[in-house]
Amino acid sequence: MTRVASEMMRTELLLPEMLLAGGALVVLLGGSFTPRHRQWILRGVAAAVCGTVIITAAVALSAPANTAFDGSYAVDTGTGVARILAAAGCLLVLALAGDALAGAARESDAYALLLFATAGAVLLAGATDLLALVVGFLLASIPLYALIGLTGTGAGAEAVLKTYLLGALFGILLLLGVTLLSGTTGTTAYAELAVRLPDAPRSVVTAAAVAVIGGLMFKAGGLPAHFWIPDAAQGGTAMAATFLTTVPKIGALIAVHRLAGVLPGTSNWPAVVATLAVASMLLGNLAAYWQTDVRRLLGWSTVSQVGYLLVPVVATGRSDLAQPALLVYLAGYTVTNVAAFAVTAALPRHRDRTSWRGVAAAAPWLAAALVVALLGLVGTPPTAIFVGKLTAASAAWDGGYPVLAAVVFINSALSLFYYLRWLVPLYQPWAVAPPDRPGRWSATVAVVAAALSLVVGVAAGLVWRAAGG
Amino acid sequence: MLTVIVFLPLLVAVVLAGVPRCSDTVARWIWVGAATVELALVGVVWAGYETPPPGQLAFAERAAWIPGVGSSYHLGVDGLSLPLMAMTAVVFLACAVYALRERHRPRVQASLFLFLQSVCLGVFAAADLILFFVFFDLSIVGMYAVIAGWGHGDRARSALKFFLYTFLGSLALLTGFIGLYAAADPHTFDMPTLTAENPLAGRPLAGPVVLAAILIGLAVKTPTVPFHTWLPPAHTDAPAVGSAVLAGVLLKLGTYGFVRIAAPMLPQAWRGWAWVIVAVGVVSVLYGALVALAQTNLKRMIAYTSINHMGYVVLAVGAAGLVSVDTVEPRAVAVTGAVTQMVSHGLITSALFLLAGVLYERAGSYDLHAYGGLAAPAPIFAALFAVGAFASLGLPAFSGFIAEFQVFAGSIATAPVTAVALLGILVTAALFLRAGQALLTGPTTGCAKGFGDLRATELWSVAPLLVLSLLIGVLPRPLLDLVEPAARTVVDLLGR
Repeated sequence: MTRVASEMMRTELLLPEMLLAGGALVVLLGGSFTPRHRQWILRGVAAAVCGTVIITAAVALSAPANTAFDGSYAVDTGTGVARILAAAGCLLVLALAGDALAGAARESDAYALLLFATAGAVLLAGATDLLALVVGFLLASIPLYALIGLTGTGAGAEAVLKTYLLGALFGILLLLGVTLLSGTTGTTAYAELAVRLPDAPRSVVTAAAVAVIGGLMFKAGGLPAHFWIPDAAQGGTAMAATFLTTVPKIGALIAVHRLAGVLPGTSNWPAVVATLAVASMLLGNLAAYWQTDVRRLLGWSTVSQVGYLLVPVVATGRSDLAQPALLVYLAGYTVTNVAAFAVTAALPRHRDRTSWRGVAAAAPWLAAALVVALLGLVGTPPTAIFVGKLTAASAAWDGGYPVLAAVVFINSALSLFYYLRWLVPLYQPWAVAPPDRPGRWSATVAVVAAALSLVVGVAAGLVWRAAGG
Repeated sequence: MLTVIVFLPLLVAVVLAGVPRCSDTVARWIWVGAATVELALVGVVWAGYETPPPGQLAFAERAAWIPGVGSSYHLGVDGLSLPLMAMTAVVFLACAVYALRERHRPRVQASLFLFLQSVCLGVFAAADLILFFVFFDLSIVGMYAVIAGWGHGDRARSALKFFLYTFLGSLALLTGFIGLYAAADPHTFDMPTLTAENPLAGRPLAGPVVLAAILIGLAVKTPTVPFHTWLPPAHTDAPAVGSAVLAGVLLKLGTYGFVRIAAPMLPQAWRGWAWVIVAVGVVSVLYGALVALAQTNLKRMIAYTSINHMGYVVLAVGAAGLVSVDTVEPRAVAVTGAVTQMVSHGLITSALFLLAGVLYERAGSYDLHAYGGLAAPAPIFAALFAVGAFASLGLPAFSGFIAEFQVFAGSIATAPVTAVALLGILVTAALFLRAGQALLTGPTTGCAKGFGDLRATELWSVAPLLVLSLLIGVLPRPLLDLVEPAARTVVDLLGR
């Protein structure tokens, strides 16, 4: 009996998740016993945890797909890539924290929160049971509230409140959807849902799909739960802004993709996701147009990126390209978005777009990283997001949604304007005073992440194979 | 071999950009050296070139890139791309020589132009749609930096307009590519495969839509009326070498796409749109010529004549789609003329833009009426400008004549109504004569006083371009032998 139970649980498959959660606890406890000027040790510990997670996840990626905990958690390509990307994103954010957070009062707490939220994002990605999904949602959300609030400024407090209220609201929406699905089918496991949902009442399934996908949009930062993103990006610390616009999205979008694979076509979920995709792209781009605060501009830009990321999700089950396209896009998005935010972290006092004049002359590498990152977000080849957009649009067209492919490129063209509006001042001479000296850690992260986005773009064939294409 | 040709300039560019201690003089000469080596390498390819069988490419190289989406690293040349690669190498070498006197950040400029050379050669050598698009898009980024960094006047605005316009066009192009990809079975971005497969053959609805997306993308780049409005400001505010590359090489990326991608891969849809394409060509010819006639700014004038000259190319490839039984010969002549016109326009217009750059460098003005009687203080300049103007208006013995003669011989035989575009030649002749008169003849007045004649670098960059144009005009056979089989293949593919 016990032997059968351990075979069903297969806890060893969850080594990366356990490392993240355990590492977070170690950092949290260790922080209480470490003097403030030595807290950098815990940053090293957290970074080591992320590094180990990347290695173990990469090793596990080559193993055949499997499930743990009685089929409620999938360990497959999607989860494997989510582990690597989330841990890599967390690692970059930890490195970036070296400038502003070193020696701060809540340093080790912040590291623990980052690891917890990363674990939550990975759980979201791997969940194949509605209840596991809810646990992942909560674990990914709660640390974020604290992370955003670390600044202690008025704008930060407003952002926390907004995030918390929206999180509570959409958490309830998610639970409502979960209740509807389990109530009509009598199960919470995806494998069973796939069998029983086609016979369930169509209207109920559609309503449940809207509720669950809508709830997950809070974590993804897409419409209709996007309001907190620009505020948090602007009001939170650079570290929090980078993290919350990058890592939770990985988990949420893979979760939507998994769920989409279960929902029957009759429930009109492709129309729901397609609508959210188009609305996120359009609103994110249009709202970013006249922003003057660069962090807020990037916040809106991430809303539009969620729209692009939802495009391959629409093609789930209709095109073989859908999953690899989503994973490749996520990989590109992770490094590119971190690069863009890291540039703002390197010059924290330069918040207004026009105050970036002369940065190219003072810090050519940082400016080059920003050029690569922003043109990458537009989708200029040969950066990683180009391959992501290309394959996402191909998947949509292949899955029978050619209009969605056209919408992707129309929106890319729309977005070019506001990215360029930020890039142009960089190469103009400064007006009053030369720009600040960029933070060493942040600038390094920016250059490394921008270089990675080029590498992923050029070596797209390898990434595509790793993503199961 | 092609990989070396495409990536050697990029490699040199990275080294130049990454070694800050390299002095300006050394950087300038490294650029000239790299451009010379490129020309020599293209010459080696030309010498070893044998016309491949239809549907295949010479010097083909292929390696896996993103096999999951049917995209590979695939390079190759044929009679359509090799002349353009050679022209590109020549124009970039001329720019390198011209820029030997550049004082504004020459090291960065050299590395930027080498980067541009890489991507332009890459577009012509690419045999995979994604590879084509990657290079196509990067050429926009490179040109934007050239105009914004080294231009004059309202350069930031012109550069932004250029970027937004052409980027929008490139995204339309990419949408069309994905349409081709999705229609092919198995899905692929490989150009020869798509050409052979003709994936949208039986799709009367999807075919024209996909072609429309591709045509809009290419029309913005070419540019044709009504997508041309980015061109005059971009040229006016670009530096001389930037204008030369923009007009000489970058515009050809659009027209090259017509004969390489749009026509052969979507023949049915192309035939359906042929009259529209012919009409756009004719309008571009006439409109470009008439607006050029009204200009007093020399650079704007040359820019509008570019629209006029690209109009001939569009007219010819449009006429090639007017398929009927007895017009195979004239249509092949028209396509040959189109490719010849691309090469010829690249050489002549680059020379004219470099000469316009000399004007601006000496006196800070492009205004035709600010000068007068330049022939007296600057006889070499006057001689070269006159030769360039005559070459551009299509005087026999220059390459422009060979090209335009074939374009019209082919087009008029296929569709007599296209003869109306002959008026364009007449207007172009008038405007070049008028410009030459205003600049060169009469008593020396205004900015022309104390105008120094061409320096060695200027002479040695402009003169070879015009000599080549003359050479093609007198001895067109080596070029035509290369182009004709490829043009015939395009016409055969269009007849499917």
